[in-house]
Amino acid sequence: MSRLAELQVGQSLNEVSLAPVSRIALIKYAGASGDFNPIHTIDDEAAKAGLPGIIAHGMWTMGNLAKLFTEYYEEGFVKDYSIRFKNMVFLNDVITLKAELKEKQDKTLKFSVKAVNQHGKVTIAGNVVYQLY
Amino acid sequence: MFKDQIGKKSAKVKNIVERGVVKKFAEAIGDLHPIYYDEEVGEKSRYKKNIAPPTFPRVFDYGFIEGLHLPNKGLIHGEQSFHYNRPLFVGEEIYCYTTIKNYFEKKGSFGEMGFLVIENIGEDAAGKVIFSSTSTVIISEAVRKVLAK
Repeated sequence: MSRLAELQVGQSLNEVSLAPVSRIALIKYAGASGDFNPIHTIDDEAAKAGLPGIIAHGMWTMGNLAKLFTEYYEEGFVKDYSIRFKNMVFLNDVITLKAELKEKQDKTLKFSVKAVNQHGKVTIAGNVVYQLY
Repeated sequence: MFKDQIGKKSAKVKNIVERGVVKKFAEAIGDLHPIYYDEEVGEKSRYKKNIAPPTFPRVFDYGFIEGLHLPNKGLIHGEQSFHYNRPLFVGEEIYCYTTIKNYFEKKGSFGEMGFLVIENIGEDAAGKVIFSSTSTVIISEAVRKVLAK
């Protein structure tokens, strides 16, 4: 699909599968975002918090998911982006990003968006309202 | 213990959408699109400049709310939303502040959970809102006991 404006309700953007989650990716996100909560980078801290291992920042997954829309920047912008964090993302998880057009009203496109892990479990889910110019 | 914080606001803090920071952030979320960092692509776009990714406001400084002490550990990020009136532009100044919207407690699987709703706002120099973002942070009973000490 070359233009968002041509997308029909029920159609989806091209899915993106991320590389397996790595510690270095989470260290980079910690540095870039300033979120240094150690459960995202340090094994002992994750264990102390009762986790089986370090987990991705919810905002790392949310940040990744938004890239499904980046290439359409000439057509409009992300007006609303709401996410519920449902399940944790662990090291080596393979996350797939999805967006499906649910409603279309004039220049407003409402998508259902989610990130799913290799077991088909939804890790984050929500909506994007895309405003066309 | 956070109920008395509802309605409190921080003082506005001037932030700059820094080019290098935007590029690093875009890279960290695997979204290194030239619209975020390539000046020529920015100039040729409808915006005539580079923009920042939608979740970029995470990096801004929103100031402090007096009397509000949130730990770095033990909090669970439950929900997050962003609302934009237009994209953020690389190089622009954004005046940011934070406010406590709500606090309530609910029985959950880990005991009595506290839900803190925080709104972060970014305005231009004229005071016009560019974006707002809302975070719901879940604070377990165990963490609240530590905080109460």
